[in-house]
Amino acid sequence: MDSRLLADLAADLDAAFERLVLAHQDRLYTIALRLLGDPRDAEEVAQDALVRAYRALATYDADRILELRLRPWLATIAINLCRNRGRRRTPILASLEVLNGADPTAERRPLAAAAIEPSPGPLETALRRESAAHWAGLVLRLPERYRVPIVLRHVDGLSYDEMAQALGRPEGTLKAQVHRGLSLLRSEHERASNADHLPAIEPAQEMTA
Amino acid sequence: MTARSTPLAIADVEAALAGLAVEAPPTLAPATLVAVGLADAYAPLDSPLGPVFVAWNGRGISAVDAAGDRSEFEARHRRSVGRPVRAVAEVEPQLARAIARRLAGDRRVAIDLDLRGRSEFERAVWSKTLEIPRGEVRPYGWIAAEIGRPRAVRAVGTALAHNPVPLVVPCHRVVRSDGMIGQYSLGGPGNKRTILAAEGLDPAELEELARAGIRYIGSDTTRIYCLPSCHNARRITDRHRVPFRSAAASEAAGFRACMECRPGSAYAAA
Repeated sequence: MDSRLLADLAADLDAAFERLVLAHQDRLYTIALRLLGDPRDAEEVAQDALVRAYRALATYDADRILELRLRPWLATIAINLCRNRGRRRTPILASLEVLNGADPTAERRPLAAAAIEPSPGPLETALRRESAAHWAGLVLRLPERYRVPIVLRHVDGLSYDEMAQALGRPEGTLKAQVHRGLSLLRSEHERASNADHLPAIEPAQEMTA
Repeated sequence: MTARSTPLAIADVEAALAGLAVEAPPTLAPATLVAVGLADAYAPLDSPLGPVFVAWNGRGISAVDAAGDRSEFEARHRRSVGRPVRAVAEVEPQLARAIARRLAGDRRVAIDLDLRGRSEFERAVWSKTLEIPRGEVRPYGWIAAEIGRPRAVRAVGTALAHNPVPLVVPCHRVVRSDGMIGQYSLGGPGNKRTILAAEGLDPAELEELARAGIRYIGSDTTRIYCLPSCHNARRITDRHRVPFRSAAASEAAGFRACMECRPGSAYAAA
């Protein structure tokens, strides 16, 4: 899909760029939203990432454009912008609303293709009961070294090969970080589900690395 | 979340994470295309001539237009720049402030203009026009001489008639070479007189001088001569004002040209 788009971008950037925007805006917005938590910040980051991509493409010759891998390349731009934003800000406490599941982004429709297809049995009920906001809150409280790989692998759906390019880390390291991130998410989920009271409020992990 | 839930498998965590993908807000794509200059946004803005439409993108202002209604403006703008154009609620406050300051005569405020697709000659004409101070006018021939094309007086007139950003590029401050006010692209000559008057110039007085054949005003104290609307000329008190019909006559009388309005450029081709 992207190879056709790359050929068109190389031939006429201005004519093809809108297709790049339409093809990648959902995933860039999703990455930023799941890394930062705030919908307005996420929209700004996604727009800024696309604008930077356009300006970079405008300086690349056709060969360089044809060699690009758009998915990891765009993800890198968005992640770097999230990190810059994290550095600028004072840490935000995870709000009670997020812990309670009243995520302001909750009304946003999930992507049809990415929506959970629940498996039958008791797990179906369990999954249905847990809102996206609950999981989004858990992801936000992951340390960044796990949060970024988790979001790229399991929310955005990048391959380990693409992630290695996007993050400049070996695949083995990334697999270990994703594995550890998934375990942390599962145990945090269990802790939240079993608690009679709200878990102690911990600061959301800022993007700093 | 009080009841003990069934322990999850890692695969179930993965499935929950896949459900965190969302759609981008509908504003993202249009705003991005405007930011990179592949589409324009526009909104009405109050001006000394009443409401006008202002269009812009991430590269700068692309149009100022006195079109009667939105559909008329959109059709004309699309035809002229070949980009999609989208109505928004208001001109970005920062941009509106910059335009207001420019109209108030502050030439230091930077306003980016998106003049892609326009010729080098047109850009040269418009850049030079930006240098004319508020409340002053210069003849077409002055622009032509100042940009090093003294014979292109008619082409200067054509370029100014095609100025896509009137008011911001003050083409209303360029007048006919005989000193008469002349045509104006933003709604006709009446508007040109209105806005010049709003800038503190008296168009009737200026045309009176022109009809009398007076092109320059000198001061017998400084021995400097100026174009009549130059702020230096307007400071001269009546008893020290010396009218001239030509630059040659001024020079012959021992006057030298003002360094600011550079009156020698006005009729260089003549």
